[in-house]
Amino acid sequence: MSDDLLDLTAAQQAQRIAAGEVSGEEVFDFWRERAAADELGAYLWVAEENRGGTLPPVAVKDLFCVEGVPSAAGSRILEGYRPPYSATTVRNLRAAGAQVLGKTNQDEFAMGSSTENSGYGPVQNPWDRTRVPGGSSGGSAAAVAAGSAPWAIGTDTGGSIRQPASLCGVVGMKPTYGAVSRYGMIAFASSLDQCGPLTRDVTDAAILLGHLQGRDPCDSTSLGIPEGVALPSAERLDGLRFGVWGLEEEGVEPGVADAVRATIAKLEELGGAIKEIDLPNARHGIAAYYVIAPAEASANLARYDGVRYGPRDEANGDLTSMYERTRHDGFGDEVKRRIMIGTYALSSGYYEAYYGTAQKVRTKIARDFRAAFEQVDFVVTPTSATVAFELGARTADPLAMYLADYFTVPMPLAGIPAISIPCGLSEGLPVGFQIAGPAFSEPRILDAAYALEQAIGFEGVPVLR
Amino acid sequence: MSATREYEPVIGVEIHTQLRTRTKMFCGCALSFGEEPNTRTCPVCLGHPGTLPVANAEAVHYALMIAMAFDCEIAPRSIFHRKNYFYPDLAKGYQISQYDIPLGRGGRLGDVRIHRVHLEEDAAKLVHAGSSGRIHGAEGSVVDFNRGGTPLVEIVTEPDLRSPHEAAEFGRLLQATLRHMGVSDVNMEEGSLRVDANVSIRPAGQTTLGTKTELKNMNSFRFLERGIAAEIARQEALVRDGGEVEQETLHYDPASGSLTTLRSKEEAHDYRYFPEPDLVPIAPTDEMLERARAAMPELPAARAERLERELALPADLARHLAFRTELGDFYESALAASANGDARSIANWITNELAARIGDADPAETRLEPAAFARLVEMVGAREVSAGAAKEVLDALVAEGGDPAAIVEQRGLGMAAAGELDAIVERAIADNPDAVEKFKAGKEKAIGAIMGAVMRETRGAADGGEVQRLIREKIGA
Repeated sequence: MSDDLLDLTAAQQAQRIAAGEVSGEEVFDFWRERAAADELGAYLWVAEENRGGTLPPVAVKDLFCVEGVPSAAGSRILEGYRPPYSATTVRNLRAAGAQVLGKTNQDEFAMGSSTENSGYGPVQNPWDRTRVPGGSSGGSAAAVAAGSAPWAIGTDTGGSIRQPASLCGVVGMKPTYGAVSRYGMIAFASSLDQCGPLTRDVTDAAILLGHLQGRDPCDSTSLGIPEGVALPSAERLDGLRFGVWGLEEEGVEPGVADAVRATIAKLEELGGAIKEIDLPNARHGIAAYYVIAPAEASANLARYDGVRYGPRDEANGDLTSMYERTRHDGFGDEVKRRIMIGTYALSSGYYEAYYGTAQKVRTKIARDFRAAFEQVDFVVTPTSATVAFELGARTADPLAMYLADYFTVPMPLAGIPAISIPCGLSEGLPVGFQIAGPAFSEPRILDAAYALEQAIGFEGVPVLR
Repeated sequence: MSATREYEPVIGVEIHTQLRTRTKMFCGCALSFGEEPNTRTCPVCLGHPGTLPVANAEAVHYALMIAMAFDCEIAPRSIFHRKNYFYPDLAKGYQISQYDIPLGRGGRLGDVRIHRVHLEEDAAKLVHAGSSGRIHGAEGSVVDFNRGGTPLVEIVTEPDLRSPHEAAEFGRLLQATLRHMGVSDVNMEEGSLRVDANVSIRPAGQTTLGTKTELKNMNSFRFLERGIAAEIARQEALVRDGGEVEQETLHYDPASGSLTTLRSKEEAHDYRYFPEPDLVPIAPTDEMLERARAAMPELPAARAERLERELALPADLARHLAFRTELGDFYESALAASANGDARSIANWITNELAARIGDADPAETRLEPAAFARLVEMVGAREVSAGAAKEVLDALVAEGGDPAAIVEQRGLGMAAAGELDAIVERAIADNPDAVEKFKAGKEKAIGAIMGAVMRETRGAADGGEVQRLIREKIGA
């Protein structure tokens, strides 16, 4: 009986628990064993205690604070840190009946697109263990794809849910900024970070998002999704208009472009209208993002100073060297690079040229989307220009790594929601299809993604599952 | 201050006041009043990973009241910034403060223009072990986060003050105003009111500003006055010797009177301010503004002006009563209870005699009733009791309460009846012919002997002025 749990979506497992065909404890145990047996480096911690639940347990990205459970955001500077409180999202999931299965590996402080920047070693892609799972929520994506978690949550700042979902062949959604509370999410870039689901299918994503979303008095920027999240059920897309962006951009692999074109054809078969659109400022998204996100990060990461928690190196005695040594030892290269970029961008005399300009670009990108949504209901793009790349292929070239987020960065800059669903294979590796909509259009995005998912019938299963 | 100075001082002050809210600025911790260290903390004010600030509505309410008290223009949407620097008393590595869009701008208190009013959070408290008492070279340092995150309002004036005395007087007015509004404890020794001064000098008659220095954290208005005076003297000496004032931050040591440099211009921080993404703007609704307006009591400056205008009190007397709210309140109660409404006499008796007896205490906390006080002042006016005897009665009223007339009666302090006094004066004149002769010959002081005789006879209960008048009348001088 337990074995076929692996073939079920989380929603189907929940139905079996509700019907009394299997207990919450049995389901929990099944997944705990799968998680404990993970060989991809997807997990940093697996639950010791069976907490059962009316929903299957959730794999949680390391940067979510869980009371008493190691929560280090993939960084050595928080090694051994066990928070005295739990994130609102974790509390919401528990209240809904979904316990924490484990903490998943990630790029340190969510800074990366391959999970190679983790302070605790990289994660392998279950489709090809020589390749990256994407990042920064690479552990969550790999765990869902490999069947070591029924579902998972991650965070997306510039693509950190959607890009690994794409590279691992699972569904990943970044909600509207403010849909989900950020309280208890270890911050990377506060004006961009959003928590969202990584799941087997669109229905599971809708269920998980329904439990995650909501206004939280502990997060002033949270609003929730006003109309809530219903289970998606659309079969047709008649009357809906899809704006295609980015297929002609440089760097899109032919196999990726083919899979995306085939998916666009399916949209038409379902009754959707297709239109080429332009987002003239979106191509500056990466440049703006890599000023704004590091600027916020340079402040967000200042608290890791060795004074109140985490490791401290006080070999030299005085305060300044304690700060320097603690942060030198605790942060990885990419984190240091971004702290330096961000500090520079905010410095007196440079603020307007960098941070000020980046904010103007951000406003223009948001305006581009608003203009687009006057003509179309959704904007569709490849999620990633490439399939999963080889481990180590881009680590020496930060700019090449940054471009992995080319198609996913404009949406968080505009604060709007987007989903990535698997749409086919290229060179035997999954390709992701991205659907973005206006702020708080999650219910409509999920409906469209659901209809498309049925039409695509993606049944790819990684070798490892 | 000599009238003909070569240089004119130009002074502005920056005042930080802790708000008397129930909880901290950005979390639910109760404010601390000397509790055990680190017992008023939570993950938010300790800067734990993943925590977020939420602005305290009560603090916003108090800040709106303060901005309104100065008639500031209130920003429709003011925003918070992060002020970034590393120090162990700063849990997040940045202070949440307001920067280019403060809550209030462009007001006035008394004769001084207010530049801005903004909200921010206080830092924690550092305690250094070891001889230096400073963090570098300390044997060990510990942090008490109880204070970290206490709501602060910063008030910055324009450089409108022209002397150390004016600066201290302004500080007192501001303190009285904030205390009267009930928004802060405004205790300088405990640090709930902290004053920094920006000081520069310029050749008298010139209108451009000289280079300023900043004097940090003087913990009484007396020290503020002395510190500014010392800094003005230092700058004048420097410029007179052909030197130039350097922009720096100074500490004034009231014990030695010395000024030491805390930070030079080169060492000034680059705080890398940027908008705080974790908070939404403060956009006061009509309801919030109305609530703040409704909570506003009459402010000391307005009260002084009213007492001066409506009751014809001299300015300094009106200010004395208005700037000590509890004296002002007692004054107005006594005046209301008074039959003859002698505003001036009641005011004088409060600021001279009553204030001398109760010190800093609130008269409402003594056994003295405002009506009894008013009655006593009336009796003096009606010559029912001498001023001297009335002081004795006041002593009794403050200590035990009661009715002044009864005390006068009981202690035999009543002024002699008019006819009786007449007879006593006549007898004294008859008994002291020498003194009468000398007085008639122009020796004014000789009247003392006659008065002494009257006072002995009446056991001091006669009014000195009245006795003098009678003597002069009867001698015919």
